[in-house]
Amino acid sequence: MIRFLLRRLAFALLLVIAVSSSALLLTRLAPGDLTTELGPRARAEDIARARERFDLNRSPVGQLGGWALRAARFDFGDSFLYDRPVSGLIRRAAGNTAVLAITALAVATFVGIPLGIITGSRRGGMAALIRGVSLLCLSIPPLLTSLLLVFLASRTGWLPAGGMTSVEAVDAGWSAWLLDVMRHLPLPALALALPLAATFERLQAQAMTETIHQPFVTAALARGVTWRQLLIDHAWRASLRSMCAVYGLAIGALLSGSFVVEYVTAWPGLGRLMYEALRARDVYLVAGCAAMGGVFLAIGSVVADLLLFAADPRVREATAE
Amino acid sequence: MRAAGGVLLVLMVFVAVAAPWLAPNPPDQQFDTYLYAPPTPFHWTSFSSLRLINRLERRFEVREQAVPVRWFGAGHFVSSADANAPLLLLGADSYGRDIFARLVYGGRASLGISVLATLITMIVGAAIGGIAGYAGGAVDEVLSRFSDFVLVLPSIYVVLALRAVMPLVLPPAQVFALLVGIFALVSWPVVARGVRGIIASEREREYVTAGLAAGAGPMRLLAVHLMPAARGYLLTQATLLLPAFILAEATLSYVGLGFPTSVPTWGTMLSDASNVALVGEAPWMLAPAAAIFLVVLAVNLVVQGRGRSPIQFDVDGRRS
Repeated sequence: MIRFLLRRLAFALLLVIAVSSSALLLTRLAPGDLTTELGPRARAEDIARARERFDLNRSPVGQLGGWALRAARFDFGDSFLYDRPVSGLIRRAAGNTAVLAITALAVATFVGIPLGIITGSRRGGMAALIRGVSLLCLSIPPLLTSLLLVFLASRTGWLPAGGMTSVEAVDAGWSAWLLDVMRHLPLPALALALPLAATFERLQAQAMTETIHQPFVTAALARGVTWRQLLIDHAWRASLRSMCAVYGLAIGALLSGSFVVEYVTAWPGLGRLMYEALRARDVYLVAGCAAMGGVFLAIGSVVADLLLFAADPRVREATAE
Repeated sequence: MRAAGGVLLVLMVFVAVAAPWLAPNPPDQQFDTYLYAPPTPFHWTSFSSLRLINRLERRFEVREQAVPVRWFGAGHFVSSADANAPLLLLGADSYGRDIFARLVYGGRASLGISVLATLITMIVGAAIGGIAGYAGGAVDEVLSRFSDFVLVLPSIYVVLALRAVMPLVLPPAQVFALLVGIFALVSWPVVARGVRGIIASEREREYVTAGLAAGAGPMRLLAVHLMPAARGYLLTQATLLLPAFILAEATLSYVGLGFPTSVPTWGTMLSDASNVALVGEAPWMLAPAAAIFLVVLAVNLVVQGRGRSPIQFDVDGRRS
């Protein structure tokens, strides 16, 4: 178990390093650099100073090496765009993305999984209806859900149509601020959660259908286990194995989806920051965002492994040996 | 269900191909008095033309006099008989351009990119995956590790990064080629990985030995005898990649990294509709969203009709 975890952590570290270094190199080798942000009428000494400050005079490999050495001591350099240390910017943005993603994941889980159990184990109108709605939601990717929800919000005024806080709430106390964020959260979270919930529903239904046709389910039924108990205690537990794998991938889907949702609904998260950084060729901010994204991915895959561990005794035994 | 999805897909492709004939107006003609005009009320033989009465509030009134509709005339499927009263089936956008015309022309770019990118991805992925699966050894090892790595990354960020580091302003033809290239570059490992698995297990079969004994070279064996085994897999992958690419184009154009806004694609049209306040008042600007939805739905119906979920995972939990 420990060795297994260590191996996964080593892979995670490798992922973060690979992703952030390739992002840095890519940005560095791209035509143009961050000094174009200064405008065409920038003074030569300003440009020279910016180049010096962001190591653009060094060779790409030299720059990468210097950055990596400093990053090992948790100094991720400065952002040109914001004129501030990258680490603070990333921490804020990553927190916002995490709030959004975790909310969406929770909603998708509590909606998608139970519905999947229903559609996977039953026939009839109800199941067909859920299946139809799910197929519909699956066909509306986050770009469209967020646009649609923004449209609905601006039409009805039920929810704020974008952003994370209102202008008025900035100077208010923290409780008012929290309430304000809570009012802004449902729209992007729902936009992200809808397609994911549909995915969970479809996969859970598929796993459930496969499981209830297995001999052990018939055997349990013959022993007199009630249908309800059978579904939850026997069939659902057995179907968890394939669902755990899905969770490991959900983190990738959440990150991809959150970029679009953050962009459309103006949620100040990691995806939006990465986009701004890329456009401005803000080298260290790009590298920092990529590193943070890599951390998210690594957390997702480790959590999925742990879930699998908890859900499937066969995996526990296999790794114990 | 499967048939319905297929029909829908064929219909979309037809609409894109027949765009110049179907669209009543050229996609870039600007009707200056029709900015944000709502769809014109349509009555089959005639339509009620709209007249701007308040430019600031974007208010239009329906003219009393109906304008006759011309079917199959002047090289168009349907068009207005009166040059001064344009037929705007889905209203007009912020420049007073016909949204319906832009939608059908936009289908050409959006579908064209995704079909071409899917084809290239399939060919490159099948070739590399086939060679790795057939050759085995170090080639196989390198390829598998590389595609494992690529599979972990959320592809939209990779696409975004690759596009963002290229010059932002390019002529439309170059953007088209660039996007196709980037999409294929990001997604071939997925295809290669699956093909590799199929070929690697297939080459152990007896018919391969028989083929070798009969004097077939490795290339011939691979292309003629082994590749058909991966046909089903390739078909499934194609149906999954097609909508993903449409969406990728839409996302890139939406955030301003795709086509310039003058070129009609579903993405640039959506970015035109991104103004929150306006979308609330002019919902017809969301028409490209409906088009994207229809394509994705059609593909999901086709895949679902085969009795499988649109998203599939193999035992390791990797997307297959």
